[in-house]
Amino acid sequence: MDILEYSAVELSAAIKDGKVTASEAMEAVLARIDEKEKDINAYVTIDREQALKAAAAVQGKIERGELTGSLAGVPVAIKDNMCTEGMLTTCSSKILENFVPTFSAEAVINLEKEGAVIIGKTNMDEFAMGSTTETSAYGVTRNPWNTAHVPGGSSGGSAAAVAAGECFFALGSDTGGSIRQPASFCGVVGLKPTYGTVSRYGLIAYGSSLDQIGPLTKNVSDCAAVLELIASHDTKDSTSVKREDTDFTSALAADVKGMKIGIPKDYFGEGLDAEVRDAVLAAAKVLEEKGAVVEEFDLSLVEYAIPTYYTIAAAEASSNLERFDGVKYGYRTMEYDGLHNMYKKTRSEGFGAEVKRRIMLGSFVLSSGYYDAYYLKALKVKAMINKAFDEAFAKYDLILGPVAPTTAPRLGESLSDPLKMYLGDIYTISVNLAGLPGISLPCGKDSKGLPIGLQLIADRFQEKKLIQTAYTYEKIRGDFKTEE
Amino acid sequence: MANVISDETIEYVGILAKLELSDEEKEQAKKDMGSMLDYIDKLAELDTTGIEPMSHVFPVQNVFREDVVTNGDESEKTLKNAPGGKDNMFMVPKTFE
Repeated sequence: MDILEYSAVELSAAIKDGKVTASEAMEAVLARIDEKEKDINAYVTIDREQALKAAAAVQGKIERGELTGSLAGVPVAIKDNMCTEGMLTTCSSKILENFVPTFSAEAVINLEKEGAVIIGKTNMDEFAMGSTTETSAYGVTRNPWNTAHVPGGSSGGSAAAVAAGECFFALGSDTGGSIRQPASFCGVVGLKPTYGTVSRYGLIAYGSSLDQIGPLTKNVSDCAAVLELIASHDTKDSTSVKREDTDFTSALAADVKGMKIGIPKDYFGEGLDAEVRDAVLAAAKVLEEKGAVVEEFDLSLVEYAIPTYYTIAAAEASSNLERFDGVKYGYRTMEYDGLHNMYKKTRSEGFGAEVKRRIMLGSFVLSSGYYDAYYLKALKVKAMINKAFDEAFAKYDLILGPVAPTTAPRLGESLSDPLKMYLGDIYTISVNLAGLPGISLPCGKDSKGLPIGLQLIADRFQEKKLIQTAYTYEKIRGDFKTEE
Repeated sequence: MANVISDETIEYVGILAKLELSDEEKEQAKKDMGSMLDYIDKLAELDTTGIEPMSHVFPVQNVFREDVVTNGDESEKTLKNAPGGKDNMFMVPKTFE
């Protein structure tokens, strides 16, 4: 069997069985990267030497029985907004072009402890602000299914790397859909956990009340295995939640009998591509035939989620990104006149257009005189959106719908009109506002051959229902090739 | 466009955001912010009287810990990425004469 055909969990099992070594797996991935990267550009940084060295060390530990975890020896790609000790971490921004962290993100440490081996850092929208990976300062990433199309974003590099076989799995982060939407566009599985499940320590913050780290994988089994390893209570993240139910792989059972699934009618209105709608509803039918109880309902407030999100996310971003001032790390402008001019010039030269747009909007909605009308109003609507979800989950185990209104757009189509790009997040964004877990998995292809994603949303802490239902669907659907 | 952003507002936002914009960027920013605010104004359609603003989805409390140092001297690490440093300190341009 070609090494690259293995899923992450299968690869680790094969390594433990002595069929393949961690070093051979890393060499196979690096060869694949050599072949693909000029077309895809999924990575910002690849550290071959370190990757091979680490793989050899892990192989030794596996042979000595010191590493027995489900992902030991498996090459992983990390989104470039997670700190990796000794490895460049740019957030795809010029302002962090030279930032080499002296510590690693907790989620990264959790993976390394279990013997996963880092290949490098994946491309993203600058500071995770975008839905196409086109706002990166290090070039666009292309969709492996069709390189004229975007991979989605902001975790576009991670999704593309999984789809192209340039890694066995990847970590991404999701603030308004940034794991689920690129997973959908690239035909892979992506999960955003309940807020607080994965430590945000070492994740460079965008919207702190919304950000969560999660897996991008070839299939649902890998997704459960990765989530199980990265979920942890961490005192270094004060919003981290102590959970006892993180044995997510125990939910990998093909059974949805009696699972109550609600389909929000408001997710199937105007703007939804007909091919996407049909594929998603066909997936619902499959689950119904397996014994799930499926019905339509009114979720309400859907059209208010995007303005609420952009107000809150921009406000938090304007505050979080204050730290990039040319003093503690990163880029500093060459010529300046005094301290304030240094701050201003550094930031103006270091940030790209979309980041500046959101910082300015955030500064405005938080400014005196506008705070109540915009920011506080958004926090109130957020409370209403939360209530709508609470009511839905009083009736249903899961909510089922599309991930995005369309399949992957062509490169360059979205950037000209930011508002239009924001509208593409309509089905993913409210999940972050309510802190809920959501999964995206492939449920078909459109007439252009581009993948379509199915989204399942559960109540807080109910990832197991997501995993069980997604796993059941995946079993019936059969193999979804990660790339043509 | 309902929201017209004035030159003064963009200047003020530039100060708050610590960004220096070219004239061209300012014009674009006025347009972008205006259309974003038009869109956000949609929230005004909702009656939020009596609704508590929700900043966090869980009822979280402040997380306290004893004020005990658990890490050692990490000044070298802390300064490693600084664009300017001197005598174990960050170096910045003169802030007053």
